[in-house]
Amino acid sequence: MTAPATQELNSTETAEKAFVHAEGIHKRFPVHGGILNRVVANVHAVTDVSFSIARGETLGVVGESGCGKSTLGKMVIRLLEPTEGKVYLEGSEITGLDHKQMMSVRRRMQIIFQDPYSSLNPRLTVRGLLKEAIAFHNVVTPDKMESYIDELIATVGMRPESKDKFPHEFSGGQRQRLGIARALALKPEFIVADEPVSALDVSIQAQVLNLMKDLKEQLGLTMMFISHDLKVVEHFCDNVMVMYLGRVMEKIQSDRLREQAEHPYTRALLGSNPIDDPDERRPLTVLQGDVPSPLNPPPGCPFAGRCPEVQDRCRTEMPPLEMRVNGQAVACWARM
Amino acid sequence: MSETTQQPILRVRGLKTSFRTDRGTVTAVDDVNFDVFPGETIGIVGESGCGKTVTSKTIMRLLPERNSIIDPSSEILFDNLNLATAPETEMRKVRGDRIAMIFQEPMTSLNPVFTIGWQLDEALKYHTKLDKKGRRDRAVEMLRLVEIPNPEQRYKEYPHQLSGGMRQRVMIAIALCCEPDILIADEPTTALDVTIQAQILALMADLKERLGTSILLITHDLGVVAQVCDRVIVMYAGRIIEQAPVSDLFKRPQHPYTKALLESIPKAGKRSEDGRLPTIKGIVPSLFELPKGCRFQDRCPFKEQKCVDIEPDLTAHAFDDRPVRCHFPRNQEVDLTTGATG
Amino acid sequence: MWSYILRRLLYNIPVYLGIILLVMLALRVNDPVTAFLGKNATQEQYDAIKADFGLDRPFYEQYASTVWNIVTLDFSARSWEQKRPVGELITTAVPATTMITVPALMITAAISIMIGLICSFYRGRVADKTLMLLAVLGMSVSFLVYIIVGQYFGGYRLGQEAGLVPFDIEGYDVRLSTLTFWASSPIEAVQTWLQYCGLPVLISVIVAMGYDTRFYRAVMVEETGRDYITTARAKGAGSRKIMFVHMLKNAMIPIITRVMISLPFLIVGSILLEVFFSIPGMGRALITAINAKDFPVVEYMSALFAAVVILTVILTDVLYAVVDPRVRLS
Repeated sequence: MTAPATQELNSTETAEKAFVHAEGIHKRFPVHGGILNRVVANVHAVTDVSFSIARGETLGVVGESGCGKSTLGKMVIRLLEPTEGKVYLEGSEITGLDHKQMMSVRRRMQIIFQDPYSSLNPRLTVRGLLKEAIAFHNVVTPDKMESYIDELIATVGMRPESKDKFPHEFSGGQRQRLGIARALALKPEFIVADEPVSALDVSIQAQVLNLMKDLKEQLGLTMMFISHDLKVVEHFCDNVMVMYLGRVMEKIQSDRLREQAEHPYTRALLGSNPIDDPDERRPLTVLQGDVPSPLNPPPGCPFAGRCPEVQDRCRTEMPPLEMRVNGQAVACWARM
Repeated sequence: MSETTQQPILRVRGLKTSFRTDRGTVTAVDDVNFDVFPGETIGIVGESGCGKTVTSKTIMRLLPERNSIIDPSSEILFDNLNLATAPETEMRKVRGDRIAMIFQEPMTSLNPVFTIGWQLDEALKYHTKLDKKGRRDRAVEMLRLVEIPNPEQRYKEYPHQLSGGMRQRVMIAIALCCEPDILIADEPTTALDVTIQAQILALMADLKERLGTSILLITHDLGVVAQVCDRVIVMYAGRIIEQAPVSDLFKRPQHPYTKALLESIPKAGKRSEDGRLPTIKGIVPSLFELPKGCRFQDRCPFKEQKCVDIEPDLTAHAFDDRPVRCHFPRNQEVDLTTGATG
Repeated sequence: MWSYILRRLLYNIPVYLGIILLVMLALRVNDPVTAFLGKNATQEQYDAIKADFGLDRPFYEQYASTVWNIVTLDFSARSWEQKRPVGELITTAVPATTMITVPALMITAAISIMIGLICSFYRGRVADKTLMLLAVLGMSVSFLVYIIVGQYFGGYRLGQEAGLVPFDIEGYDVRLSTLTFWASSPIEAVQTWLQYCGLPVLISVIVAMGYDTRFYRAVMVEETGRDYITTARAKGAGSRKIMFVHMLKNAMIPIITRVMISLPFLIVGSILLEVFFSIPGMGRALITAINAKDFPVVEYMSALFAAVVILTVILTDVLYAVVDPRVRLS
């Protein structure tokens, strides 16, 4: 919380230019305890995160479990309320909008989950599922409903007869297509994809990624792509934001990630990913220890406890996210 | 790394396992043959439902007897014993002592109501003649070996007091405490974060060197295979479709499925022109509705009439001595070059 | 742990006061004195009784004095019907009831947990299917049928006529309620117990077993599918070790829940059994008191039952923490 807001983003000008812009977002989950059930601690899920996504751009958010990436994704489309901070859509603030005002905004922002099955009503057919969302938001007139559903199903590469099937009748990959169809049903402009391919087999993962890529281009979607898989993010996204224990460690263009990433944590993530070529084996980068608890984290850089380049200062003071060329930004005292 | 002049420590021949289900009996793995040599790491790789986990659980005979059938003609030859037909009492002597196993979910694989020490002690009690103090010392030594800080303290703690990575270390300590000949690791790092995965993989490699244990690594992650395996078995729809030394398999896969699988992973630091990944069309066939011929035919770009009519055997072809289950195998180069090193 | 128990007790004080209030209000909806005396009572009789239990006082005074009596464990209020203190009535009835309920509960739990374990382990096999069929069969037959058939065959034909089993049809020996009897001549005590309580215990075990077996089987089936059971097998553990160590200890939470729920009923007992077997226990005492409109007995028994329920709930949570290291009392 002590870190200054990121220098490249805090101007209102950026907020207006960016399609989606978040500024100084925090999320703390209170922990209750004691006889009077008072708040005894806070889980700091997300701490002081700011970013901008230009129209048509895809921002990848990577990090290990507990880094706050999913919480961040949900806050951006206001499925969760940020404890602090503001989110803008096309320059106008959406945090603080009431339920009614949110309705029109919600249509423009959709989410795709890791496990689409648990988010699909098992008692509705595909037609029913899509109809529900479409009718609720009056996307098309009732007489155009059927043809619109047909169109959606075709868009995600499913057969027309899928319309009358139930979610459990599909394989994992097909369900994810269904999840995408439902998100697209409202003709959104911005999509948060939360680990959309993590539960899928490799060959199916490639199919779904290609589908999402095509749709993104055809429909001009802006996306936030959340994943723990660096390779997938690198492949799919324009920019990458690396998070650790609720904080942004580094932001970088994804095609520069491998060579230009500076933050020791980003380098460690890259180095601990197994190689592709068995002839070029190298020892994996092994970080000591585990991710610390987000419950009342210590002051300073959250990565300090595991960082190979830790300095005294890291343990007491959180480094600011320092701007580099090409939109890269690094939060590390050893890289100042 | 494997010394092929040695006798294999485990020979699997004609392994066939079926399951009784509501929809009838279904064969999950069939005609599975492979050897495991002392000290080697052999990977079994494939997508969900390919039969890799069934294969490993059949070797350990851990499948529920109520609905699984190991075909009596199957041979799992280990130490003058056919594990496919050995009585349960013999199996109990093998399990945990000669062949040990670790699993995918470290969070749920340890019994939550017993201490770490108790769970290590249990394995030692079954397979060693050590007294109480001897077992305790051995257990603490194992915890130290898997690099758990404060082993004496951890010995007394319960699983929920440890992180996922630490629990997987405990699982490894339990598995290795009786110095088994073979360690079967079923997706040991799938549930772990990548930095923790790196820790566990490094630990397994280190322990393999020190203890000389053979490792049978079941995984869907080709990166993990490339990183740690000496030889690889690729499975598809209940069959082995290709078997090769790791470098040959990655550089020159002969089965169209293997090639397509390798290509469909996003490559580190490399993107194709149009930003699309090569894919395999369609999905894995249901084990209930397998085609007559090759099981990959519907997804194969090189399908011919022969593939529809006759299922290929797993045999070596003229240009190489590697077994491939394909009528028309080809030496296909796969470009693995990365944009940069990580 | 003690601070936890203390805190829970404190939290439950207002709950308990509320329960007593509700019980007292409910019992006063119909004038209890008129109910007891009937229509033909004289005004003197009415006033005497009303004064006897202090019903002539304002309600808040009655409430305060009842609460005070309970807090000070003063059960000297007299039964209208039996002309003796409620406390005495309870202390003679409770031992007789527990002579049946406690062994019944213990035997039922032990046997049905065992059967549950075996069934889950051999799920789908003949043994499992047979036992489950028997369980459903056992559940489908009425309690009364068991009592009548049990008394006829167990008590009369096999017991009194043939002398094969030591069961009597009905009755109770008050010596069983005294510790001295059990301590001085334990063999005779067991024989006497079998004679009078053997049959009712057997019947309640049979009745409860169908339900319990099915419940414990479901619990154990879930246990057999756990990852740590596979781990235990991979370590080389045998079936017995897996069933009685790994599975049983993990199943303790549902087992405790199930057993503790029936704990308050150990005190109240089974009205049917006590009436049919002429056991002078709490169940019979309560039903007699209700029939006779014996107001003080009903009031104090309800208060006692509520207290037992609250204590049971607290004890259950404490036991959870004892068997499962993940449960922390705070």
